[in-house]
Amino acid sequence: MIHFHLDSRSGVPPYQQIVHQVRHAIQLGLLKEGQQLPTVKEASGHLAINPNTVLKAYKELEHAGLAASRPGIGTFVTKSLSDASIAAQGPLRHDLERWLVKARRAGLDNESIEALFQETFRSFSAEGVA
Amino acid sequence: MTTALSATGLGKQYGRRWALADCTVDVPEGRVVGLVGPNGAGKTTLLNLAVGMVRPTTGTIEVLGHAPSDRAEQLGRVGFVAQDTPAYSGLSIADHLHLGRWLNPRWDDDLAKRRIDQLGLDPSQRAGKLSGGQRAQLALTMAIAKRPELLVLDEPVASLDPLARREFLQLLMEAIAEDNLSIILSSHLVGDLERVCDYLIVLASSRVQVAGDVEELLSTHRRLIGPRRDPRSLPTDQQVIEEDHTDVQSTFVVRCDGPIHDPAWTVEQLNLEDLVLAYMGRARHGEDANHQRLSVLG
Repeated sequence: MIHFHLDSRSGVPPYQQIVHQVRHAIQLGLLKEGQQLPTVKEASGHLAINPNTVLKAYKELEHAGLAASRPGIGTFVTKSLSDASIAAQGPLRHDLERWLVKARRAGLDNESIEALFQETFRSFSAEGVA
Repeated sequence: MTTALSATGLGKQYGRRWALADCTVDVPEGRVVGLVGPNGAGKTTLLNLAVGMVRPTTGTIEVLGHAPSDRAEQLGRVGFVAQDTPAYSGLSIADHLHLGRWLNPRWDDDLAKRRIDQLGLDPSQRAGKLSGGQRAQLALTMAIAKRPELLVLDEPVASLDPLARREFLQLLMEAIAEDNLSIILSSHLVGDLERVCDYLIVLASSRVQVAGDVEELLSTHRRLIGPRRDPRSLPTDQQVIEEDHTDVQSTFVVRCDGPIHDPAWTVEQLNLEDLVLAYMGRARHGEDANHQRLSVLG
């Protein structure tokens, strides 16, 4: 079980923050297939937010094929990170760290690094779709 | 479809002053409605009209499809927590629950006891000895245990410290998740309601300034920043809510259903607080303008 938290200053709508936290937990292997997410009552009580916000997040997760609801019981994770991709994460992280060291040496500050990564990632993803 | 609250041309006059004027709103059922406005805007008047504590001077109001009345049946469908969450200071918590059981046909005693237990309150304690936060929780417990279809809360968190405020809203959200009831709660601070309400009514200067689904309001309002420009030159589908000009720059808050195409503008999303402030500001400017006209006439 994971707990959600909300950053009220981020400007990201609360339901998207919940979706993001579930995706993130799955990607990090914290949540695995078959595990239950907090019930709508638990999550809305814990965060003091409108239950519809939690429902909306869970619907989006269902739509994305990451979770499924069992009426009267709760919402469960339907996808795990494959073992292969967990195994690949270590070396990839290592490569990324080497790249970050290079970027820092080249004089880029944190903001520039983030901007460069996001820009490259965006154009790379766009090409992938096309 | 029945509405939780429906008002047409609703107004209430006290002496010469209109506490609420020309109020027309339709609030769907099953929503958490935030009623926001500065102190003295007419929030309490609207809520008192909804629960039947005062009668309208003009117009009509329906709550859950019926005119508010003191008939037991209608009273049982509506829960009300007045400002400052009153309780009987001489009675114990157990006495309060006992009273609730005798006065409310649909009273859920298990629910009431469970909540008091959850809150860690001693049933033998007198309400007069409770902290503000505990008294608010008792009042909310009473209102929820009568199993209303609509719960009306007047400034429920205004006098609470941040922790008590959070605990109060947590209890309230758990109750909605369980029961799917409609809620109307007022506050002069939109920040208190931002995460809980999905429907917003802004009341200022005794009038409804804007009302609607929160997501829809947020997606149709934007801030435009660019070179100085006459508001009359904006496209007709962009309704100006707020404007601010320097000698070179103009900033507008506009309501507009479609996208903004003009490349001269930097377009920003609004948060709920910006939106409420824009409408409150507009209401105040309207008052000032009226005032100036009157003083010119005088």
